[in-house]
Amino acid sequence: MTTPLPPESVGLVTPRTALLQQPLTLACGRTLDNYELVYETYGTLNAEGSNAVLICHALSGDHHAAGYHTESDRKPGWWNHYIGPGKAIDTNRFYVVSLNNLGGCSGSTGPSSIEPETGSPWGARFPTLRVRDWVHAQARLADHLGINQWAAVVGGSLGGMQAMRWALEYPNRIRHCIVIASALKLSAQNIAFNETARQAIMSDPNFFEGDYLAHDTYPKSGLAVARMIGHITYLSDHVMGEKFGRDLRSGSFEQGLNDLVEFQVESYLRYQGDTFSDKFDANTYILMTRALDYFDLAREYNDDPAEAFRRAQCGFYVASFSTDWRFPVERSREIVDALIAADKSVSYAEIDSPYGHDAFLLPNEHYEQTFRQYMARITTE
Amino acid sequence: MRIDFNHLQQWIGEGSRVLDLGCGDGTLLKYLRDSKQVNGYGLEIDPGQIEACIGLGVNVINQNLDRGLGNFADKSFDTVLMTQALQTMYFPHKVLDEMLRVGKECIITFPNFGHYKARFHLAFRGRMPVSDLLPYEWYNTPNIHFCTFKDFEVLCHEKHINVLNRQVVNERTSQFLGNLNPNLFGETAIYHLSK
Repeated sequence: MTTPLPPESVGLVTPRTALLQQPLTLACGRTLDNYELVYETYGTLNAEGSNAVLICHALSGDHHAAGYHTESDRKPGWWNHYIGPGKAIDTNRFYVVSLNNLGGCSGSTGPSSIEPETGSPWGARFPTLRVRDWVHAQARLADHLGINQWAAVVGGSLGGMQAMRWALEYPNRIRHCIVIASALKLSAQNIAFNETARQAIMSDPNFFEGDYLAHDTYPKSGLAVARMIGHITYLSDHVMGEKFGRDLRSGSFEQGLNDLVEFQVESYLRYQGDTFSDKFDANTYILMTRALDYFDLAREYNDDPAEAFRRAQCGFYVASFSTDWRFPVERSREIVDALIAADKSVSYAEIDSPYGHDAFLLPNEHYEQTFRQYMARITTE
Repeated sequence: MRIDFNHLQQWIGEGSRVLDLGCGDGTLLKYLRDSKQVNGYGLEIDPGQIEACIGLGVNVINQNLDRGLGNFADKSFDTVLMTQALQTMYFPHKVLDEMLRVGKECIITFPNFGHYKARFHLAFRGRMPVSDLLPYEWYNTPNIHFCTFKDFEVLCHEKHINVLNRQVVNERTSQFLGNLNPNLFGETAIYHLSK
């Protein structure tokens, strides 16, 4: 017995796979002769091909941004609140493309794919990637789909970095750039969190220098700890307090050390770590966090973000969230200030939300309204 | 169109770059964009007003003016505007300094607390003025730093600010009397400044 899918969703969706056979030279100098990208689309591409919107996912995201894969799915895609008929990204107007990035582990070519030359999984031999490599691969996917210019490229967090890179690498192929809870580059503290997560993975005895698949195992506990570290930084202190406080899941304070006390928050984090490590690839996690760390929008523009943005031709919408301490409002203000200095069209909303970095995925009326109003002004003719 | 918008637009050049502090729903910037090809940004903190600006296609930046304009370069705008918001600032004199630093010229409009209705209210009723012009009670008013036209003139003089133009506009009472004795009968002042 299944319940009908919510009417405001895009309904059932089926991922597709594009085999891209034009060799792609990566920022690290190595070349992928061919690669696969798995993607989903929602809505219909118009005759002029001018209503396409690209969704760029964040660290642990994938191509499944909206709708359901089966009628018994417990949860819809990761951005279902904002993509669908009548939603901020209105699939009645836009043709939405969402992919799993190169190096991912949800079907696109990545470290767990088979390396053609050896016939075994790439593992640690998979090339290191930069955000710009994703952008170039996304441009090839656009070619494949017959999309010459995106009406908008949209992303939160690491996805926002891809959207900004699009504006610089392909200024003629993007009309609007939507950057949510992102940054021009990571802070030292941010890199530190990522490195701690990577060390958790690499110090797992089952990691085998990244070649765990060849050993028929995987660093489950290391990846779980990595996810726990990440998860702490995506939530605000306030939300953790509200959600768990100091409530106990088992044990009691009275009995002391003989009977170990387990806090609700411990149990929650372990559950998050466990479920994540069952479905995500450790090498992809390392690769994606490295791409995050290396990203520096203005490095090749004399470290001047305004100079970088002068290349852009598109309009910008930037949003940040009041309690986000992983990508705090100051990082978004830096983006906005650089855009103003470059005399670009930009609107910026600072959204009041208690939910930390995760807020960009969650329902919020003001966020939804500003996002919706901005998208509504984008012409699709 | 608010009456002060109508008057101040004469001092804004075609195609100029404008910063509108406390831009509200973006009506003025949209009007200037459509009629004079002006480009620029509005600064606003009210969530509903920010949504309205985006809905009009006006560039709006979520920014608290009391935090200053430190993120804007010197003389990076042709005109910095502030309509009916000076009296809501914590430090109006500092905001004025910042406007004159960032803009080559500034246009400010504000209500006259020396208007005879306000004076009567205080003088004869002994209560803080509440009227159709100033509809708030003392405890809930966003207007925390009222001044009269004379007060503002004194501030400009002390700061060596050039008053390029000044105008008085009356919507509810006699424009003739407003011109005759602005500080007593003027409702709204529009100042065009530079430094």
